[in-house]
Amino acid sequence: MSKIFKHLVSSAVPVPIENIDTDQIIPARFLKATTREGFGQNLFRDWRYEADNTPKSDFVMNNPLYKGRILVAGKNFGCGSSREHAAWAIADAGFKVVVSSFFADIFRNNALNNFILPIQVTDEFLDKIFKAIEANPAATFEVDLEDQFIHIIGTGLKANFDINQYKKTCLLNGYDDIDYLLSLRTNIEQYETTRPYNF
Amino acid sequence: MGKTLFDKIWDSHVVVKKAGHPDAVYINTHFIHEVTSPQAFDGLRKRGIPVFRPGKTKATADHNVPTLHQDQPIKEALSRHQVEMLTKNTSEFGVDLYGLGHRYQGIVHVIGPELGITLPGMTIVCGDSHTSTHGAFGAVAFGIGTSEVEQVLATQCILQYKPKRMKIEINGQLGKGVLSKDIILYIISKISASGATGYFVEYAGDAIRNLSMEARMTICNMSIEMGARGGLIAPDETTFAYLKGREFAPKGTDWDNALAYWQTLYSDADADFDSVLSFDAADIEPQITYGTNPGMGIGITGHIPALEEIEEKERPSFRKSLDYMHLQPGKPLLGQKVDYVFIGSCTNSRIEDLRLVADFVKGKQKASDVVVWIVPGSKQVEAQAKAEGIDKIFADAGFQLREPGCSACLAMNEDKVPADMYCISTSNRNFEGRQGPNARTFLASPLTAAAAAITGKVTDIRSFMQ
Repeated sequence: MSKIFKHLVSSAVPVPIENIDTDQIIPARFLKATTREGFGQNLFRDWRYEADNTPKSDFVMNNPLYKGRILVAGKNFGCGSSREHAAWAIADAGFKVVVSSFFADIFRNNALNNFILPIQVTDEFLDKIFKAIEANPAATFEVDLEDQFIHIIGTGLKANFDINQYKKTCLLNGYDDIDYLLSLRTNIEQYETTRPYNF
Repeated sequence: MGKTLFDKIWDSHVVVKKAGHPDAVYINTHFIHEVTSPQAFDGLRKRGIPVFRPGKTKATADHNVPTLHQDQPIKEALSRHQVEMLTKNTSEFGVDLYGLGHRYQGIVHVIGPELGITLPGMTIVCGDSHTSTHGAFGAVAFGIGTSEVEQVLATQCILQYKPKRMKIEINGQLGKGVLSKDIILYIISKISASGATGYFVEYAGDAIRNLSMEARMTICNMSIEMGARGGLIAPDETTFAYLKGREFAPKGTDWDNALAYWQTLYSDADADFDSVLSFDAADIEPQITYGTNPGMGIGITGHIPALEEIEEKERPSFRKSLDYMHLQPGKPLLGQKVDYVFIGSCTNSRIEDLRLVADFVKGKQKASDVVVWIVPGSKQVEAQAKAEGIDKIFADAGFQLREPGCSACLAMNEDKVPADMYCISTSNRNFEGRQGPNARTFLASPLTAAAAAITGKVTDIRSFMQ
């Protein structure tokens, strides 16, 4: 897992479905591993494979026309379970960016903690991305974290996105939250002395 | 300007506030289970650091455990390995484990409250989205990912941006046959599966105040199903009476001091919420979901929305959902055949749920072609049910009382609903495949589930109450 994200030019894989929950991203029966690796093969498992493991030809990840490091999905992506395995599966399958018009809170945190960039765009811009891919499955997109934009290269359309400054710094430099929290140890110990009870 | 209950608890737990940074929030209680913790312990090993405050983390095995023959080794190798890893990790890092075979074992969100580990005013996290359950006690409780589990193990703190505040008020008298599960399913159906994303919700109003602790937990449990970061209810006499004397609750002077603090835990009259919603309890009938997210719910006598009632751009997702469920737009659900009934999960597996179901089914028989699983939330709930003779009532009705665990809520253990079967379930999620590949879920209250167990069909529980 690369711990740095700065800039990416890539084609995209579209999954234009709303409310994609983390049980679709990675069903619970595949959460039994005790490491972070290998979840990519079960990403979207039940949409991607029949019960007998044959690929479903109508699912986008089984269509060789669609590939790339950007996953584009309908609004409220990542709702449901807090399983970080969803973010691990997306990263393990090679995605660095997920674009949607709305993200569930826990998924957004999990993605950022795994150096996947969740980009929230408007419903209209999301629609333009889907249309660009529909017109040309190889359509490419440029994502820049420093300047916070996503660019549909073929159409010239560009949208800015929000990201909090702390997480931006983490992604640009490969820092993680635990490094920062460990640096606060004195503050934490001091805080503990100020609390009379265990609340 | 006054403060909301959420603000009071959150603000008093911020260790470091730094511009441009998320708050470093101190965590009083951290629950862990076997699925979302192994990678976090591995992270500590890689960094060569211990658990910072091992006494503040409590562990149990729930997601992967079988709910029959728990005295025997887990058959499935990967599940067994994960549960064994929890035993190994908790032992190595000095964390208390209520694992299989322990008299406190059970679903993490059932045992925390029943043991008095969950207390008002606490910050509580767990690598599980239904951690919001603990908010019923007036705690700030929310689900986290595994990287965040590692943060808490390493530092007893978590980095979080403070969510916005929402108040949901429910006033008025609940109708007969309407349970707290119906209240929360109703709210989610009104505001959608993402209607509270970005918010921490406080539930208020007399319809909430009149609920038992078990019923309040059911409501807070499903906060995440409308996207909320968590949900909480101000503690009151009902809360204090529930907690007094519980195993880990404060005793003696500690109790008096704690109580004095807890009595300050309410939203001030002039507190400012970012959003306020109000509902009338009298408008709520028993609820049931028809689709594949918890927002797709209707009153039991209602009909599935017709296509033209759905916004055009949402129709593809709506159709996909109904195709999965093999249901038609515009049709009622009453009378729909049911194959499985699951009464359990962190939403509805407490003793009160089992008592309600037992009272209703006493002297009745399940429909012959329905499989009924009753899965208690904990060993203590199971023991209590047996002490009260509830197990006999279930056995006489043809219901199977199993052993504690997450069971058929998430199809991770042996309890799965077979493909194409309809299950009416007291759990919290009706996602595609949630209860097993191609299984079809109707979410409902324990009473509505019990009614379906008797008739074999989706049934209005009120038809038994004439």
